[in-house]
Amino acid sequence: MRSNTRRMSVNLLAKTRGIAAALALGVLALGVSLPGGAAPSGPPIRVGGTLALTGPLASTSMVHKLAGEIFLEQVNKADGMLGRPVEWVLLDDQSKPDLTRTLYDRLVTADKVDLLIGPYATGSILSAMAVAERQGKMLIHNTFGIPKLAKYAMQFPVYQFGYTAEETFPPKLYDGLAASGAPIKTIAIVTSKFPSVHFMSVGAREVAKKRGLNEVLYLEFEFGNRDFGAIAARVRDANPDLLWMGSIGLESNMLLEALKKLNYTPKNHFHLYPAPAPLALAPEGERALAMTLWEPHPPITSSPTAAEFVKLYRERAEKAKLPYPEPDMQAALGYSQWQVLYAAVTATKSLDDKVLANWLRANRVETLLGTLRFNGPSNYGDDLSKVKQIQNHKWTTVWPKEFAAPGVKFQVP
Amino acid sequence: MSLAMPSATLLGQSLLSGVFVGGLYALLGLGLSLSWGYLRLINLAHFALAFLGAYLVLQLAGVIGLPVIAALLIVVPAFFALGVAMQILFTRFAVGEFASLLVTFGIAIIVESAIQWFWTADLRKFNFEFGTVSLQLGTLFIPVVEAIMFLVAAALSIGTWAFLRFTPVGKALRASAENPDIAAAFGVNHRRIALMLSGFAAALAAVAGVFIAMAYTLSPAQMFAWMGVVFAVVILGGLGNPLGVLAAGLVIGVSESLTMAVTAPTWAPLVSFALLIMVLVLRPDRV
Repeated sequence: MRSNTRRMSVNLLAKTRGIAAALALGVLALGVSLPGGAAPSGPPIRVGGTLALTGPLASTSMVHKLAGEIFLEQVNKADGMLGRPVEWVLLDDQSKPDLTRTLYDRLVTADKVDLLIGPYATGSILSAMAVAERQGKMLIHNTFGIPKLAKYAMQFPVYQFGYTAEETFPPKLYDGLAASGAPIKTIAIVTSKFPSVHFMSVGAREVAKKRGLNEVLYLEFEFGNRDFGAIAARVRDANPDLLWMGSIGLESNMLLEALKKLNYTPKNHFHLYPAPAPLALAPEGERALAMTLWEPHPPITSSPTAAEFVKLYRERAEKAKLPYPEPDMQAALGYSQWQVLYAAVTATKSLDDKVLANWLRANRVETLLGTLRFNGPSNYGDDLSKVKQIQNHKWTTVWPKEFAAPGVKFQVP
Repeated sequence: MSLAMPSATLLGQSLLSGVFVGGLYALLGLGLSLSWGYLRLINLAHFALAFLGAYLVLQLAGVIGLPVIAALLIVVPAFFALGVAMQILFTRFAVGEFASLLVTFGIAIIVESAIQWFWTADLRKFNFEFGTVSLQLGTLFIPVVEAIMFLVAAALSIGTWAFLRFTPVGKALRASAENPDIAAAFGVNHRRIALMLSGFAAALAAVAGVFIAMAYTLSPAQMFAWMGVVFAVVILGGLGNPLGVLAAGLVIGVSESLTMAVTAPTWAPLVSFALLIMVLVLRPDRV
């Protein structure tokens, strides 16, 4: 009897230790920024924002929605913000910047939210920024593509790809290719006139000239172009060592499909803002290069927060039936903007926009993307951009070398 | 703007590309032209139906695994019935020419939302064995799917033209569109003919959808991508004129493609709308 009781006690102790260990791991997994504690109570802190839940930008916005929901679930399972639960007042801007402006006005004046969080994509962020400035609200945003247009003092960009990305990113790409043994002597630049794409392509062109690359083709096309047959024929005729595709969304897929129908595969091909999933899954997307700030592999995901995020995102994406359930840069950007907001509120114990903005300008924030600072021009900090490549239908960082996944090499023909 | 001398291969390939995309414009424009020309309905939902057809083909052939022909045999009759049902509603509520713009735009938005609800807003691609296969003809490549699409567009345009011109039903339809009262006096049942034509136009949208599914990556919001250029094709070709729609599709497709080959591709959209403006100025009676 006694021995039985003792055995039960030992079992109970072992179970208790196991649960404690699991809880400790769970707290660690939430990251240093999300301490465990009492369940949040009191009226919720209401954070207002929009996403393109419908319209042409909806497919990427879904990723941001998932990432934001994961963060809020983690926060509310811990002790919330300032001990209060956090509520995301999320509206659908239908991918329309003009509607975004109206909705942000509504969030501030009618819904009276405590704080704002950014929408997805440059046009909508610009609209939200104008409202934030008029209403004296701080705006943390995650995908603003034209840094020089970010003039408002209380806007904070999480998409830290460099204030002069058009000058600093192309050399990274060219260096990566050169270091990998790809003899890049000729370049073809085919670019959309979409504003956040076009200035980067113009920058790539300037840098290419300075490096002595021979430009064999330069083409601009309108955003929304659906027929890439003739453009593909011109690329095939030019046969460059590197094709720089200033693309956004599906344009990269459409050009590569058109090239494949001409039995032509570009030697090296870079795509500025491709739709990540369709390009990764397409057979012709293999070896495609793109810009990134974050991909789901070590060493980038070495922190417990990142590892937990990857796990949760995969679960949610599979539940939401996304065809590409891997988290990518967009997911990390969506999550990181909430991390920045959380860090500022927690550190200042305030919901005052000016107090939060002052703190952000003076401090660094640990996020999935790395350490962010906001004390450079237009509150931009370090250039965190990297080069990624599709290998076996998965995006993986290939350059700079220190961020490449273990064992992964920059693939060139 | 870059103005380099294009090679013969580049010109030939661009010409082919223009012919094939012109076939798609004609395929999308044919049903629109018939319902506008003969039923006086400007059916913006036609684009939504084409995309709904594309998603259904993706589901039936890409997900369930039916052969594309089987998917076609299911989707096309279903859309004929859908077209008939829509026409019954339009007749019941006496939807006129300009009101139809608003009503069918509403239907398009509903269809877009339904597609997004079922298939999500994420991009979908129907990958199949011959999707990117091309035949080589000297230095030129002929993409198989696009070539079939063009042949189907041409066959449907010519067939529809012959049907309207040579069959009693076609003649009755034309008479009814010309003067419904006199046609009725001669025993033409306009209501029944309108139902049949609306069903046929919706079935044409389904056929266009099959090729959109096979040749393009799908997302719900893409359904409006071709609206401007297809309207240009319909007006340029003449309302209710199947051969005109085919010819206009080819003219616009080829001129856009050649523009892309010899100048900056940004000039291409100007071509279709410049042609449209010219036609509207010189021949305002076409609408």
